[in-house]
Amino acid sequence: MNIVPQMSGNVLYMQLQGEIDEHNAAQARAYADRIAERYAYQSARAVFDLASVSFMDSTGIGFLIGRYKKFSRYGVPVYVTNPTQATDKILTVSGVYSIIPKI
Amino acid sequence: MENYMKLEIAAKSINESFARSAVAAFALSLSPSLSELSDIKTAVSEAVTNAIVHAYHGANGQDKIEIECQTFQTSTEGVLHIKITDFGCGISDVEEALKPFFTTLASDERSGMGFTIMQTFSDGFSVTSEQGKGTCVTLTKRIGGGVARQEESYPSETVERERVNA
Repeated sequence: MNIVPQMSGNVLYMQLQGEIDEHNAAQARAYADRIAERYAYQSARAVFDLASVSFMDSTGIGFLIGRYKKFSRYGVPVYVTNPTQATDKILTVSGVYSIIPKI
Repeated sequence: MENYMKLEIAAKSINESFARSAVAAFALSLSPSLSELSDIKTAVSEAVTNAIVHAYHGANGQDKIEIECQTFQTSTEGVLHIKITDFGCGISDVEEALKPFFTTLASDERSGMGFTIMQTFSDGFSVTSEQGKGTCVTLTKRIGGGVARQEESYPSETVERERVNA
């Protein structure tokens, strides 16, 4: 799993790429938190782009909620965009969209 | 038509990807849609991850997980049975473990949604567990049945093409 950050105006986009499971989540968490610490102060909002996520299980739910909490400490709202059909199903079932809206 | 396989893997997190892909590959003979394949991979990933993280507490690879699969094909649909067994610590209260958002490891950002997702992404689900002996999860997935078809949100022609190509 890889994360590609990009500032577009005052919006921080983080493109998640590859498979999100328990095996690779710890490294991704640490990297995402470094991105948050670096960019949160100049971000009006943070958007996770899920278009390139080829697989995700409930580890991804924990990952997104964890990052939501991290960004919340900086007062930055978090969104997700472009989930694949499979990713959309898991995020819908788990109710993640109620705290991390899909845009 | 009937088919069977049994897989034994070390309880290491690096095998999570292999386990779900292996089961998905085995299911290909039933010509599943992409959506059905994705459901299978997700449910298997949850069960195998549970075994590694909870049953064996992230053990070092001496511990084993067994995955057995059986497929049946009738004239109208295919059925995949998956049995995932560990020999770890067991679950003290299965009823509580099945509740959405229940987790014993909240500090690790565990969502507590593993069993809920297994249930949602399969057509049949059961879990039996004995403390100190281990846990066995069984999942059933219907392939190409009427109920599953109605859930598809893309056009049926696309589904049919996927089936042919699978």
